[in-house]
Amino acid sequence: MSSATGQKPVDEALAREFGLTAEEYGNVLSIMGRTPSLTELGIFSVMWSEHCSYKSSRVWLRTLPTTAPWVIHGPGENAGVVDIGQGLAAIFKMESHNHPSFIEPYQGAATGVGGILRDVFTMGARPVANLNALRFGSPENPQTRRIVDGVVRGIGGYGNCVGVPTVGGEINFHPAYDGNPLVNAMTVGIARQDRIFLSAAAGIGNPVVYVGSKTGRDGIHGATMSSSEFDEDALAKRPTVQVGDPFVEKLLIEACLELMATDAIVAIQDMGAAGLTSSSVEMAGKGGVGIDLDLDAVPQRERGMTAYEMMLSESQERMLIVVHPDKTELARAIFEKWELDFAIIGHLTDTGHIVVRHQGRVEADIPLDPLADQAPLYRRPTAPSPEPAPLGQITDPVGIEQALIRLIGCPDLASRAWVWNQYDSTVGGQTVKRPGAADAAIVKVEGTSLGLALTTDCTPRYCRADARQGGAQAVAEAWRNIVATGARPLAVTDNLNFGSPEKPEVMGQFVAAIEGMGEACRVLDFPVVSGNVSLYNETRAPDGSSVSILPTPAIGGLGVLEDVNRAIGLAMPAEGTLVLVGATRGELGQSLWLREIHGREDGAPPTMDLAAERRNGDFVRQQIEAGHVLACHDVSDGGILVALAEMAMVGEAGCILSAPQSGMRPEAFWFGEDQSRYVVAVRDAEAFTVAATSAGVETRTLGQVGGDGLTLPSGATISKARMKAVNSAFFPALMDD
Amino acid sequence: MKAGIVVFPGTNRERDMAIALRVVTGREPVMIWHGETDLPDLDLVVLPGGFSYGDYLRCGAMAAHAPIMAPIRRFAEAGGHILGVCNGFQILTEAGLLPGALLRNGALRFLSQDCHLRVERDDTPFTRRWKTGDVFRAPMAHGDGNYIADDATIRELEDSGRVAFRYARPDGRIDESDAQTNPNGSIKAIAGVLSANLRICGMMPHPEDLVDPLMGGEDGKPLFEGLVEALVR
Repeated sequence: MSSATGQKPVDEALAREFGLTAEEYGNVLSIMGRTPSLTELGIFSVMWSEHCSYKSSRVWLRTLPTTAPWVIHGPGENAGVVDIGQGLAAIFKMESHNHPSFIEPYQGAATGVGGILRDVFTMGARPVANLNALRFGSPENPQTRRIVDGVVRGIGGYGNCVGVPTVGGEINFHPAYDGNPLVNAMTVGIARQDRIFLSAAAGIGNPVVYVGSKTGRDGIHGATMSSSEFDEDALAKRPTVQVGDPFVEKLLIEACLELMATDAIVAIQDMGAAGLTSSSVEMAGKGGVGIDLDLDAVPQRERGMTAYEMMLSESQERMLIVVHPDKTELARAIFEKWELDFAIIGHLTDTGHIVVRHQGRVEADIPLDPLADQAPLYRRPTAPSPEPAPLGQITDPVGIEQALIRLIGCPDLASRAWVWNQYDSTVGGQTVKRPGAADAAIVKVEGTSLGLALTTDCTPRYCRADARQGGAQAVAEAWRNIVATGARPLAVTDNLNFGSPEKPEVMGQFVAAIEGMGEACRVLDFPVVSGNVSLYNETRAPDGSSVSILPTPAIGGLGVLEDVNRAIGLAMPAEGTLVLVGATRGELGQSLWLREIHGREDGAPPTMDLAAERRNGDFVRQQIEAGHVLACHDVSDGGILVALAEMAMVGEAGCILSAPQSGMRPEAFWFGEDQSRYVVAVRDAEAFTVAATSAGVETRTLGQVGGDGLTLPSGATISKARMKAVNSAFFPALMDD
Repeated sequence: MKAGIVVFPGTNRERDMAIALRVVTGREPVMIWHGETDLPDLDLVVLPGGFSYGDYLRCGAMAAHAPIMAPIRRFAEAGGHILGVCNGFQILTEAGLLPGALLRNGALRFLSQDCHLRVERDDTPFTRRWKTGDVFRAPMAHGDGNYIADDATIRELEDSGRVAFRYARPDGRIDESDAQTNPNGSIKAIAGVLSANLRICGMMPHPEDLVDPLMGGEDGKPLFEGLVEALVR
């Protein structure tokens, strides 16, 4: 792009090529009072891209609840910060790398992990856990295998090397992601509350330091690419995908944390999307100062790079730091020890402008306030989604046993061990519950009694049927998964993946999902402290029409256990009684049973009753804290019987089930996806149900722990060995391993 | 027992190793930077896991030439005890302190899972807390753990009893050709080997990540307890 654009005149046509509208370009002209230079146009176009400016989503994001007594920093910083007690803070965020992961799955996913790690350690936290929420196209699509393989290798290749355990996440398959997979990566770190680093620059004259990898021509205009739809030439955009180097990232983590133990840093930010441009503009902008950059001092990987290329490069593993002038040499020594580039590339000024110099010329001189304040902000038209039609009469053509076998072998419920086994989940020595052992991963906070409970959740098919209910459900399921381990849910990070905001029906989904999320967050005291929006997740169909992904507001939830020894998992214990917590109406709309047995994706998603969610969850958590619960598993995809099968497959025993609720069809009872429910194994079922009744919580005894499989009320037993064989077949078959 | 842990650029299991040593010895191990040219006074040198130098060139190849390796060689020649785990094992083979090499896993994928190890002899400082034939569990997490050596070397290792651990089924049976039992495809299911004087041990799985019931068990603890017993002054 560079050599071609280097010769083009800067005009409206070029601005359009850079993703700006005619109106936006008009604003650029009025801010500048002249025709901008190529570098200036590049800076405007990335800062005003959807990816960096959130121009379509900002008005709606503001409606989300972001505060609570335990929230230290909400949205606006590199990541969210919450108080976990003992003077410590958890710092976390989730971020998408969807478009790059379709174009180049390995590097796309790898650099997604790298980017989110930097967002967390730039605030002073040592990263202690990674999770990832992945959505792939149909297993039948010939592209899917390539993308799964590359994404899994990329996540493992990066996360394993940097030495941060990958402890959880989720995977869905659906044809709506055929040409646009979703890779949402989440990192959680731990910092001392009195050593949290922010990005607002301060101190006129203070040096601006560049550390990390050298700058190359990779990733130029990546942020702009992520802000538009794919077309048939998507794969030709490979040069806009960055290449990650986890080894350098590991050195950068250690060097930054070593520097952060001193008092050298005024402000620090990673160079993520739009690289040097966004980091310098945001740091100076937030601090209300100006910034002068001398690009001749930027460490460069290749010769002859222009100012435009350096400002727009998204080369990975780079950070920008404002340091106290008398600590510059201390900082230099630390980075040299770690064999990383260190260069003073500018200083802060009182001009309120960003001034970029290269080879004796001023390549850009832009006033920062209007660049931020006059960034486009759109309240785009919305259209409501049609009400889901009622299901009508549903019959059970296969019976309970056969349905269970089909469900636990289906792509959305099959064992993920093939994937997890490629991620190092134990490095650090603090992983208490590894993937699949509990509803949320549990990571001990080293040197304390604290534990973190971590999960990612979203049910996109619910969101498509009813985005408001789906948005609420995503938050509620994350909350429930944390509760099921005995942890206290604290806050979420969100990763809002949607289609084109220029389609009113997509914008309608977006707004409704945020409303649902906000409502759930408020009722559950579970505020949003960080997040990311990924729009334009569309692919071009052969007939030229554009197909949106399922609305996917992925939620990353974090909770805390004061005593990590009290965390419980979902494995069936050796003995006990199985009790269902929460009411069952037998809701089969949008259920996996309906999809896998009838091939239908319709009906209304299960009803969300947030008051019941809160009541049931608070009760379950109290019972776990009191030590009355041996194992707990939330009831989600596939309903009660799938939950029981999952407990049995990783547990010491099976179970012997009693007859289902009278007056309800068996398939509706066993496979309905009614919300706000848990299966618990308890020693004293009577005491448990008495306590539930006095808390106003509905319970029902499901059966007894025992035997070696699931013994159905009919007397038929499905052995654990059979279930495991069916459950573990999908991934190896898909990947031909 | 005074233990030191060597940290190369890209090492990432030094903290895990420090925790295990602290749990067993009650003392803080010394961290040793790869650029050092001398070792402090130590009873045990540990080369921990990770991706030294990003695994570039070949796993462990660049670390084997780091400045710290010169004093480590002298320490070995003087009869010092060295434990290399995962990348540490790879470095020891690259440095020629242990025989053989570690290839890409048979399935060509990174493998992170628990495996079972059978103890092949119980008269070494690394294995004395077990009985020959005991089986213990340990997490493995590597892409290149497929042990290989030429026939003569394997014969020599077998004849002189220098195989410390083999991948096994929980009941102790060995099946070299079964990917469930011998996950990375190592020759003779070898998971760990010893030097001729039995004072250097390299192994791929991570006993240091299983020294606390909270993390799933204490299966790895006997290795460190044995070292303390043998090396305490």
